[in-house]
Amino acid sequence: MASNGLVSPRRRSSDQFDGSDPSPCGSEEVHVLAVDDSLVDRKVIERLLKITSCKVTAVDSGLRALRYLGLDEEKTAGDFNGLKVDMIITDYCMPGMTGYELLKKIKESSALREIPVVIMSSENVLARIDRCMEEGAEDFIVKPVKLSDVKRLRDFMTRDVGDGTSSDGGGTTHKRKLRESFHESPPSSTVSCASSSAPAASTTRSRSPSPSPSPSVSSSKPVTATTDFDFMGFFSIRGKSNNGRHVEDSDQHLNCLKEETVA
Amino acid sequence: MDVGLMQMQRRLAEYTSALFKEGILDSQYVQLQELQDESNPDFVVEVVSLFFTDSEKLLNDLSRDLAQQNVDFRRVDAHVHQLKGSSSSIGAERVKNACIVFRNFCQEKNIPGCQRCLQQIKQEFLLVKSKLETLFKLEQQVVAAGGSIPTSGSLPTMQQPIL
Repeated sequence: MASNGLVSPRRRSSDQFDGSDPSPCGSEEVHVLAVDDSLVDRKVIERLLKITSCKVTAVDSGLRALRYLGLDEEKTAGDFNGLKVDMIITDYCMPGMTGYELLKKIKESSALREIPVVIMSSENVLARIDRCMEEGAEDFIVKPVKLSDVKRLRDFMTRDVGDGTSSDGGGTTHKRKLRESFHESPPSSTVSCASSSAPAASTTRSRSPSPSPSPSVSSSKPVTATTDFDFMGFFSIRGKSNNGRHVEDSDQHLNCLKEETVA
Repeated sequence: MDVGLMQMQRRLAEYTSALFKEGILDSQYVQLQELQDESNPDFVVEVVSLFFTDSEKLLNDLSRDLAQQNVDFRRVDAHVHQLKGSSSSIGAERVKNACIVFRNFCQEKNIPGCQRCLQQIKQEFLLVKSKLETLFKLEQQVVAAGGSIPTSGSLPTMQQPIL
């Protein structure tokens, strides 16, 4: 295959994915920093990422993540003590620094703001999703994370990484095509977000890479998503409505839980 | 093929299928199985073992939290949230559902309700633990007899997980 960045993204579509294939990026593997306070979830996300040929560094807190990225109080940004990070995937609800706070810090940093940040959350709350997307999150995945979620991210990453001069049109087109392919999936695995029930949220939200906003995504509208492993319309269960209350971050430890409402 | 092995595999398949039918495991468990291969042959057992250890600690924490004079419900909720998350991640559906109910009582600051829920969660946890331990033993037997462990979705006779 040609060197990374110059291969058509379509070649890396998930239907060609085989766990035993060598990294489609050639010699440059995608390096993902995974942040989650749950040991079980860290193990799972690590495996999910490795099986999709990513290098993984897993840390258990936002603070550790910032330290790894070279961005903490004592150092200046850009003082990397590890490998270059191509993507950050973080849990939303963590003690201390939430994933949202971590996202903000990364986007506020001139050295790090270009790194795509994906948020994972067990709660499918529209207000939360919107907040994260508005703050610059690349995507929002409802837990439990599935292989299809990670494959989709991987596809996005291999299009993005090493493609230093990717045209916005090309990137946007690819994303639109990805989303279109979701729509073409068999009905049993397609979930349409009921726009009638206001708080109903999609399982994932995607945002085109900066600087040009994707015309097909509006951060206030849910995006239809499907997965390969949507057993018996699993995701339709998660489309139930939530009242997305937006609460001020008063208690650092548990502010992420305050948003949540009674099921 | 060795008849003994076939019988063992059949037994394994039926046992696994029943776990899904009874709602003890959900499709997320199948996801974990899909992540297991020759390079990571013990992945599922490893993750599930982490879940067991993690959960036992959380359940102890919860018992202690609820026994306090002044129950700190935010703390209780945080622990249940964690337990809900990890049970969801491995596909322990009933444990996860019991956590959801618990959190409702927590929101209402209903201590007796929470205590009942905690008992329920403990029961569900012990059930899934016992079932999975049996499942792993059956798998070990199959492997020891020279067979391989299919993922739950791949056997034609297997009932698909019902949600």
